[in-house]
Amino acid sequence: MEPVLKVQDLGMNFGGLRALDAVDLDVGKNEIVALIGPNGAGKTTFFNCITGIYPPTEGDVLIFPQGKDRPKRINGLKPNKVTEKGLARTFQNIRLFPNMTVLENVMIGRHCRMRAGVLGAVLRGRSTMREEKAAVMDSYAILEKIGLDPFVNEFAKNLPYGAQRRLEIARAMATEPFLLLLDEPAAGMNPNETRDLDKLIKRIRDEEGISILLIEHDMKLVMSLSDRIFVVDYGKKIAQGTPEEIRNNPAVIKAYLGEETDA
Amino acid sequence: MITFDQIKKAVLVSVWFMFLTFPIMVIRVNPVERIVEWRWRNMLLIGVGSFILSFVWHYFIRRKELGTQKAEVGGEETIPLAQRILEKKAIYRPTLAVLGICALVFPFIFSLYQTNIMVTALIYVMLGLGLNIVVGLAGLLDLGYVAFYAVGAYAYALLNYHFGLSFWMVLPIGAALGATFGILLGFPVLRLRGDYLAIVTLGFGEIIRIILENWNEFSFGPSGIANIPRPSLLGIDLSVHAATIYIYYIMIGLCLFTIFVVNRLQDSRIGRAWIALREDETACQAMGIDKAKTKLTAFALGATWAGMSGVVFAAKTTFVNPASFTIWESIIILCIVVLGGMGSILGVIAGALVLILMPEYLRAFSEFRMLAFGVLLVVMMVFRPGGLIPNVRRTYKFEGVTETKKG
Repeated sequence: MEPVLKVQDLGMNFGGLRALDAVDLDVGKNEIVALIGPNGAGKTTFFNCITGIYPPTEGDVLIFPQGKDRPKRINGLKPNKVTEKGLARTFQNIRLFPNMTVLENVMIGRHCRMRAGVLGAVLRGRSTMREEKAAVMDSYAILEKIGLDPFVNEFAKNLPYGAQRRLEIARAMATEPFLLLLDEPAAGMNPNETRDLDKLIKRIRDEEGISILLIEHDMKLVMSLSDRIFVVDYGKKIAQGTPEEIRNNPAVIKAYLGEETDA
Repeated sequence: MITFDQIKKAVLVSVWFMFLTFPIMVIRVNPVERIVEWRWRNMLLIGVGSFILSFVWHYFIRRKELGTQKAEVGGEETIPLAQRILEKKAIYRPTLAVLGICALVFPFIFSLYQTNIMVTALIYVMLGLGLNIVVGLAGLLDLGYVAFYAVGAYAYALLNYHFGLSFWMVLPIGAALGATFGILLGFPVLRLRGDYLAIVTLGFGEIIRIILENWNEFSFGPSGIANIPRPSLLGIDLSVHAATIYIYYIMIGLCLFTIFVVNRLQDSRIGRAWIALREDETACQAMGIDKAKTKLTAFALGATWAGMSGVVFAAKTTFVNPASFTIWESIIILCIVVLGGMGSILGVIAGALVLILMPEYLRAFSEFRMLAFGVLLVVMMVFRPGGLIPNVRRTYKFEGVTETKKG
């Protein structure tokens, strides 16, 4: 399969603490890949290393943008540059812009695909106006796809919880990514909302052709969504494979349930 | 309804205040006659006064709470008066016209003294609007804003002294210098937020003032620079009276220009990025906004207005020295923004007019100026934390699907 993201030997040290140790991971085109592991295993650190929030201590993060045959190394790039390259993420604890409307939140996602500068803003030339209008239309189109269009003029802080989570996804999609990184998208959702999310993520993959890498604790969702699963524990990769393989992997069961101690 | 509970509370407050003020208001030691005077009358006055005040205070607090409760239950938001005026064209247009005419004829109706005060107020309107970009929109607490004001004022004073440049030539130079210094300050503070940013900017403001005070060869030290020419009209030197009126109109023009630019910036790609930066820095960067660039533009654009108003200030007073650019000025400008309403253009204008004009017209009570200032701030923050005219941002309203098809 054609890869879109390849992570090799990724290591991250916080002082003396080794948070990630030689983690490999790859995501193929149109694939949904899940990253699971017990609390504190280093999943979010892994996301932060890929998206540029932390520069990784060692290893390579390679992306394979469409239309280019050579991979591009992105470690150490600033988060905004990573986003410009086509990786968009959501956050574990919702980080919307609470005092902006739903539409404006998505328009912020369009920011890096727009060009207008200070002069354009003050003079409001024709190209600036066209760009602004296009941003509004594009953002609304994304909201329609995600099913948030009834909330378009609401403040983000006034949205119900599940809708806020979906708005984060909409905002990330506005940056035109080829890979979407979702950090616990189902956290705190009720079973109904989780089922909708399941459908939504599959739709994003099928209709938009966006590959997805997600961290998730809801095993039912993980098993139903993922093509492949990677498991990390104590910063090390302990298993990878299809949902079926992972379910029966003794190392994974041990990491989650602890070792049986027959004394 | 006055309940027993409320009376009990007010009595407790008054007793507490009588106790607190007892040593200073009641006892007086007369060292000459070696006796202690007991001024019980003062204690009574304080008791009654604080009883009434506490009653009034609680009445307003309750009313405010009732108001928020109503808004929460009823679901309908109470739209502030200023917003209602703005939305209704039938009220908005005539209001604007009346204000405009008032502003135009002001110097011919009122005395030179009044015009002068108004020019000062307008300078602060401009400073407030500039700081509003940095504090109100981008959420970067800048306590050294007066430094850029000083840069503008000294730019005019020095360029005129050494090279004889005129007001109109220095005005854009002052703006550019302000922006440059804004970026200079911006670079080291890119990584800082919140309190740390405030401390560093505070230091920056003080550095500029201390340099001006001590570098005698450059800035003539504390004695400052005198005899700065007022702006001339088409090469003709004006009398003091005419020049003041002229500066008044220049300031009206500059303020309108500032409002125009700030308003447009607010509703643009950059304005949205500033607001996003204020709301959540990490998310903002993860959404592809260049944090460094956005912060630097905020600092630079904010400082531009301070540079320009500095030039006008130097031309108005014809004299600059470092004493005009103390930390106190920074705080006044910040108070204008906070008191008026962070991020709200109308609010900042109202705040500047209130804070600059009130002390001028209440000169009779000048000893109580600081007291009144403090009380005003406390009362405002308790009852109207959003400011005089809180910011109701024009949000991007989506008009409906029909427009999708048109566009």
